[in-house]
Amino acid sequence: MPSDLESNLTLKKLREFAPQAVDEVRAFRGEITIYIRPDLLIRACEFLRDEPGLSFTFLSDVTAVDLYPNEPRFEVVYHLLSLKNAERLRLKVRTGGDNPVVDSLVPVYPCANAFEREVFDLFGIRFAGHPYLRRILMPEDWEGYPLRKDYPVEGYR
Amino acid sequence: MPITLEKIPGQEERVILSMGPQHPSTHGVLRMVLELDGETVVRAMYDIGYLHTGFEKSFEDKTYSQGITLTDRMDYLSPLSNNLGFCLAVEKLLDIEIPVRAQWIRVLLTELTRIQSHLVWLGTHAIDLGAMSVLLYCFRERETILHIFEMVSGQRMMTSYFRIGGLALEPPLGWLKYVEKFVKAFPARLKEYEDLLTKNPIWLKRTVGIGTLTADEAIAWGLSGPSLRGSGVDYDIRKKEPYSSYEKFDFKVSTRPEGDVYARYLVRIEEMRQSLRIVQQAMDGIPEGPIKANAPHIVLPDRESMKTSIEALIYHFKIVTEGFHPPVGEVYQAVEAPRGELGFYIVSDGSPKPFRCHVRAPSFANLQALPKMIEGRLIADVVACIGTIDIVLGEVDR
Repeated sequence: MPSDLESNLTLKKLREFAPQAVDEVRAFRGEITIYIRPDLLIRACEFLRDEPGLSFTFLSDVTAVDLYPNEPRFEVVYHLLSLKNAERLRLKVRTGGDNPVVDSLVPVYPCANAFEREVFDLFGIRFAGHPYLRRILMPEDWEGYPLRKDYPVEGYR
Repeated sequence: MPITLEKIPGQEERVILSMGPQHPSTHGVLRMVLELDGETVVRAMYDIGYLHTGFEKSFEDKTYSQGITLTDRMDYLSPLSNNLGFCLAVEKLLDIEIPVRAQWIRVLLTELTRIQSHLVWLGTHAIDLGAMSVLLYCFRERETILHIFEMVSGQRMMTSYFRIGGLALEPPLGWLKYVEKFVKAFPARLKEYEDLLTKNPIWLKRTVGIGTLTADEAIAWGLSGPSLRGSGVDYDIRKKEPYSSYEKFDFKVSTRPEGDVYARYLVRIEEMRQSLRIVQQAMDGIPEGPIKANAPHIVLPDRESMKTSIEALIYHFKIVTEGFHPPVGEVYQAVEAPRGELGFYIVSDGSPKPFRCHVRAPSFANLQALPKMIEGRLIADVVACIGTIDIVLGEVDR
């Protein structure tokens, strides 16, 4: 629904703030997904959090999707919530399979800490600038990243 | 090598205490690492993963309908809320309309779930802080609710009663009589608990001013549900983003500005009262009609129609052996579970199995605020703070 997207206030404001930050936009079932350029993620999130009309102050979730064998292989997914406007927004950042790194959002949203640790633990995506990037669910000495698509569901490792 | 707190260079050596994972007041298998200076907690850290079962990986290997059984086992104290979250997410993906009768029964049962989950919380929280009898009373009432669950679904805890497109089966005749009996009896019981605790000086000493979080801190640390509302943030998904016809029900969102353990206690007690009001309204107004959506390629047909209709038989065979094919896309659906925002993020590639299913578990997020709440406080308050955020480790670890 392109017309729907054009009238979206969040998208409009984000484009005004940093036109180059928005890579791609998708809409499905009334939910909007914005692909953000990786190097502008922190700035975009700060803007979305602090802009009075938007105030996406609540980071409700961070996760990732493995698109193996496509490249760029990983999409890191952020779900933001504006408590004031009762509005949700999905941000995505793409990163390659060779050396997956994304900037950590901990400076912007402290609660990203555990979410990013979980993504690191299960997908092997590293978060640059994270204060304590260690496995959280799997044992410390575990080999491999279970939620990757090339990690088998059953059988021997 | 288990997780531990590293020594800060240049600082004197302090006692490191490992609390859990086999500690009764950690509500499961939570391990806390505490750095102590005498009785005071200087630094704290939590260690989780003892119950990690890989549900999110399992989802990718099961059809959408089979996935419902996994959701019961995450937050095992509120199985129906989890069922609802997952079903709503898949229904959003499929874009199908659920009959009103099914929606109302869903609301009724999830509110009962909220009450019974809060009852377990209240009982265990009180026993952690030394009030033994509350636990026994709470479990008495919880049993009557579990009995209602057993009546409708055949299971006390692992209900899997909500299905994609509606309900598994029509509730048995006369089940509302039992709900009514509970609704009549519960206000007096709730008063009983309040008589035991609300003005009890020991309870007040252990809870007032403990584990205080301001509204900004609560938002920054991703708290949701009663824990967020206990800090004065008026956000309830049932009100702000209504789902499953919650907009038709009259109830108040309870908030308290103080942000301490006692405030969160009062919020949950009030929530039980409001849930009871919703149950009452739902019980009085359940409309007649079908309990399954009119979508033959998604919803299993009736047993009877399979005997006479070849289409029904074919659909049945297709759904059971293969599953259904949702459109390519992704959805996120959040519901107000007893512990906070329970979100399901589902990515579909058009095949009968989810390409990715992520659970935004409220307990996992709420747990992050725990070190913040206990640092600088006495070790006895750790137990009060673990109780107040109401975690279920099955959901934290998934």
